[in-house]
Amino acid sequence: MAQQEKDPAEGGQTDRSLTMSRAMVEAIAHEMREDDDVFYMGEDVADYGGIFDSTEGLLEEFGRDRIMDVPISETAYIGAAVGAAQAGMRPIAELMFVDFFGVGMDQIYNQMAKNTYMSGGAVSVPMVLTAAVGGTYNDAAQHSQTLYGTFAHLPGMKVVVPSTAYDAKGLMHNAIRDDDPVVYLFHKRLMGIGWLPAPDGPKTPVPEDEYTIPFGSADVKREGSDVTVVTLGLHVHRALEAADELADDGIDAEVVDLRTLVPLDTETVRDSVAKTGRLVVVDEDYRSFGVTGEIVARVAEAEDGLAALEAVERVAVPDVPLPYARPMENEVIPDAEDITDAVRAAHGDE
Amino acid sequence: MVSVTDLQEMYEAMVTARQYEERLQEEYLEGKQPAFDISAGPIPGELHLAAGHEASGAGVCQHLRDDDTVTAPHRPHHIAVAKGVDLKRMTAEIFGRETGLSKGKGGHMHLFDPDVNFACSGIIAEGCPPAVGAGLAAKKRNTDSVAVAFLGEGAIDQGAFLESLNLAAVQDLPVVFVVEDNDWAISMPKDRVTDVENGARRADGFDMPGTRVDADDAVAVYEAAREAIGRAQDRNGPSLLEVQVHRRMGHFMGDPEAYRSDEDKAAAERRDSIDRLEADLRAHGVDDETIDELRSSARERVEEAIEWAKEQPEPEPADAHEDVFTNPPSGVTDSEPNVAKTETGGDD
Ligand SMILES: Cc1ncc(C[n+]2csc(CCOP(=O)(O)OP(=O)(O)O)c2C)c(N)n1
Ligand SMILES: [Mg+2]
Repeated sequence: MAQQEKDPAEGGQTDRSLTMSRAMVEAIAHEMREDDDVFYMGEDVADYGGIFDSTEGLLEEFGRDRIMDVPISETAYIGAAVGAAQAGMRPIAELMFVDFFGVGMDQIYNQMAKNTYMSGGAVSVPMVLTAAVGGTYNDAAQHSQTLYGTFAHLPGMKVVVPSTAYDAKGLMHNAIRDDDPVVYLFHKRLMGIGWLPAPDGPKTPVPEDEYTIPFGSADVKREGSDVTVVTLGLHVHRALEAADELADDGIDAEVVDLRTLVPLDTETVRDSVAKTGRLVVVDEDYRSFGVTGEIVARVAEAEDGLAALEAVERVAVPDVPLPYARPMENEVIPDAEDITDAVRAAHGDE
Repeated sequence: MVSVTDLQEMYEAMVTARQYEERLQEEYLEGKQPAFDISAGPIPGELHLAAGHEASGAGVCQHLRDDDTVTAPHRPHHIAVAKGVDLKRMTAEIFGRETGLSKGKGGHMHLFDPDVNFACSGIIAEGCPPAVGAGLAAKKRNTDSVAVAFLGEGAIDQGAFLESLNLAAVQDLPVVFVVEDNDWAISMPKDRVTDVENGARRADGFDMPGTRVDADDAVAVYEAAREAIGRAQDRNGPSLLEVQVHRRMGHFMGDPEAYRSDEDKAAAERRDSIDRLEADLRAHGVDDETIDELRSSARERVEEAIEWAKEQPEPEPADAHEDVFTNPPSGVTDSEPNVAKTETGGDD
């Protein structure tokens, strides 16, 4: 695991806990105060404060010139962020739901992601693309996906998926300061929105001072010796819940939160598997050609990786779009029970 | 001129839609009190109600047949009702039941009723290109059916809309684009996102007729739509129609609407196109008794649909794996967890 300040107590005042959205907004506000080149564009980010509270309160402090409501024209404003970034600014563009990426995808993967490479490094694109991801509230096939594997698959974008308020703040500081395009994907269920209650986990102590969490540093959210569970986003919390339950049965699961997909902290994952010998990868993205397969491959590719690997399980959304009705949505999105089952299977107790 | 029968039918569609949504709202909020949790209750997920939009759906669809295609956006109920979508199966879909239009897979933003060529979807302006495609099919097959794409005023800044206008225009397709202007795109007022107050002027750039109906008035919509749809039926190409409607509710249920002034909301509620049409009915000599009958038969139909839907079975969890393809390919990914490698499982 890469070095970072893990104990929030070292970062400043700790007796306050923040929701993930507050922590994210705090980092954005800080960067905006420090650097006039940072500005935010999106739909309903001004008066509304972001449908998922991603910009709550920023309009009041920074005004409409910097917290910009834009037309429902994703191609135009995401592409405009690319252009402004190339002109030396540090824009943040918000895609309200990641599912809408199709509308602006050309700007995202043919320009934002490739201009640095196509220019032989002559151009850089220091922007952040934020988007809400995830299901669990029956919003059906066009509003429930995570799709982070798709961004990670296409070269040229750093991909960040926070699971706690502490991580959300440190990763956002880093995202805005990074000289490359960063796709920052926050799970709706974790934000702490009034109408979409969050589980307990994501609200954590958050230092008031700024701090960065380097990209490519996975975080071992729970140490264990029997089975490695690698996951990210909402499923960090579901995996921790599963681990608690498994502990009652004497199975000691280690939970690794990837935090960023690009870059990927292969070392932390491999070290954990070297210790446990058993790997369970849990993901809210589609199963095939995605994060779960990639993690398994990275482990297998390590020297003696295959030899060390006694068991592998993948827990992900099967290859179907997200259905609306509750029984079907529950079926396809992995829950703590699915994770417990997979860990038990990997552990060899069927 | 509009006939008394047309007036009555439009009134029926509008009253049905309004009463339907009032009942949906009640059902939706069940299980979401005292604290609002969008994922709780008998109807989970987002719900975008169209109260205040009824004149647009009724005034346009009054001219349509079952074989005419309609695509609607995320706020679809009033259009679906006016197009004659099966109310019971639509309701069952919204309740996430097995006998719903999509067996519970779609929900309220993704209603499909191929019997009346109706579909709606949740990404802004994405219904425009498929409407153009329906118009293209009609032209190629030499039928006189038409296609209508409904969208909000916030959606007319989207590439999919503008590209569709151009394609429909250059191909002379029988398509009508209907923009429902309710002054808001969630929290964004129109003047924040476009300099053009009259959205129908978007048509000018494509050499297409564009008309704006300024009053929230079913009869005015009916007259303007007759011309546009007639033009399409006569093979004289596409048209754009913008209709002033009102958003009486939040953008979605649960929207705190902190961005909206009380006056704006009150004004939207004052301008009720249903009251207006009722006055038109009286002016055409329709008596109170007939109006009451129309209202109570609408209520009965709504109640029947809701009661029926609530009795329907929920889908089985395993149903989630069906319907990805019409012809499922062999060798699709197995959704069972992998079996752990055991000592007996040799490597070769
Ligand atoms: C491509 C895309 N961007 C953003 C959204 C989120 N969104 C849903 S409805 C809406 C506002 C739509 O406004 P308008 O078209 O005026 O329709 P209204 O809701 O007012 O009926 C937005 C931005 C979306 N669904 N699709
Ligand atoms: Mg609108």
